[in-house]
Amino acid sequence: MSPQPLDTVKGFAVTFRQLFKKPITQQYPEYKRPLYPRFRGRHRLHRHENGLEKCVGCSLCAAACPADCIRVVAAENTPDNRVSAGERYARIYEINMSRCIFCGYCELACPFDAITLGNEFELSEYSRDDLVYTKDMLLAEPIKRVPIQDPAIYDTPIPYYKEHS
Amino acid sequence: MNYGEPWWISLIKAAILVNLVMLAFAYTTWLERKLLGRMQNRYGPNRAGPFGLLQPIADLIKLIRKESFFPVAARDGIYILAPVISLFTALAAFAVIPFGAGWQISHYHVNGEMANVSIGLILIFALGSVGVYGAIVGGWASESKYSLLGSMRTCAQLVSYEVSLALSVLGVVMMGQSLNLPAIVHKQGATIWFFIPQLAGMLVFFFAVIAETARPPFDLPEADTELVAGYHTEYGGMRWGLFQTAEYINMITLSALAVTLFFAGWHGPYAPLGPLWFLLKVFILVSFFIWIRASVPRLRYDQLMRFGWKVLLPVATINAVITALLVVWI
Repeated sequence: MSPQPLDTVKGFAVTFRQLFKKPITQQYPEYKRPLYPRFRGRHRLHRHENGLEKCVGCSLCAAACPADCIRVVAAENTPDNRVSAGERYARIYEINMSRCIFCGYCELACPFDAITLGNEFELSEYSRDDLVYTKDMLLAEPIKRVPIQDPAIYDTPIPYYKEHS
Repeated sequence: MNYGEPWWISLIKAAILVNLVMLAFAYTTWLERKLLGRMQNRYGPNRAGPFGLLQPIADLIKLIRKESFFPVAARDGIYILAPVISLFTALAAFAVIPFGAGWQISHYHVNGEMANVSIGLILIFALGSVGVYGAIVGGWASESKYSLLGSMRTCAQLVSYEVSLALSVLGVVMMGQSLNLPAIVHKQGATIWFFIPQLAGMLVFFFAVIAETARPPFDLPEADTELVAGYHTEYGGMRWGLFQTAEYINMITLSALAVTLFFAGWHGPYAPLGPLWFLLKVFILVSFFIWIRASVPRLRYDQLMRFGWKVLLPVATINAVITALLVVWI
């Protein structure tokens, strides 16, 4: 039948040996593998130390977004209602997570480092409406935290491939 | 030996046996997934209950609650009947397998098998042949080209390997000098386990059983990569489940038949444990089939046919002839 009958028998030995090894499956909800520090997950908006928002409502992130999932409506800061450090602030800032492709272009486009991609990836919801994240949600600390690898190992100033090979 | 037992004992025994076989089927699927998983460095089912032990029950509930899908073009009567035929013949074949020597409970004698048929072996093969109708009719009645191709393959394979299957046990029949399965087991207990003198017959029987139950590497009837799923492509929900049940029960029945014919049924090397020995041997054989599935890739269709007709059939025939000569002269 088979041209190499001995090799077929060897195959049986291989499968039998695996029976006594520990499976390599990572049991996900119980064990979460640490992420790389540069993992691109859920977005976050940031504030200055004095509490003012970094975002000035310039809409550059929305312009850079290839999936067209960011919506920014800006408003003027007034002396009695000062929200951001600049002239204007984002009155509405929404990201539709069901369209976002997590490319990180918004992060690159932002002149004030106001938006970054965080590490949360467990974003499932029961309704599509719940996937539209508002400004308050993006400014708040995420509820679910995700383990992250030690940045010293992976997040080097000079990329690994430039020093090696 | 007194073969008469009151009808109500037979009825109770039948109820117990059917449920035991169904339970064995359920946990064969569990064992298969678990063993396959471990052989591929995975865990297998481990979410439903401890060690995934409730997985078969979860599968059953899922299958029953599924929509019983129905192709518009299907011939409905026989479309529904086909899985029933498959399962019925698979379950009925277990009736003649002896699993113990028989017991004396108060003043009733309880036989170690469901039905003591004098031609039990032929009955099993006959029921197997009827079971093929389930596959043929199911594929044909679905009115789908994948189903029809699958059922054509199934018939071709089952019919060709049935020849070798029947020929391979001829040696055992001649040595046991009976077609009655309990008689064959008694003979083995009195003389020698038949897998030693009938090694060639046993090997042919094994290969033919794998082909007959459509298990890898002979799972051409449902070759997932070529046909969608073979003759049960258009079946869903519990109707599909019945086909699967029939397939696994066929595997268990034929393993039990192999134990009966070649490994002396309920006899053990020591300690008269009776049915426990039988169960242990069937368990080892079923695990062996799963092990084969994990280790050997699927054959091509022409290889399958060539192997069946040009290797198994001549070997089985020569084995039968030599056994006949030896039985006559010694």
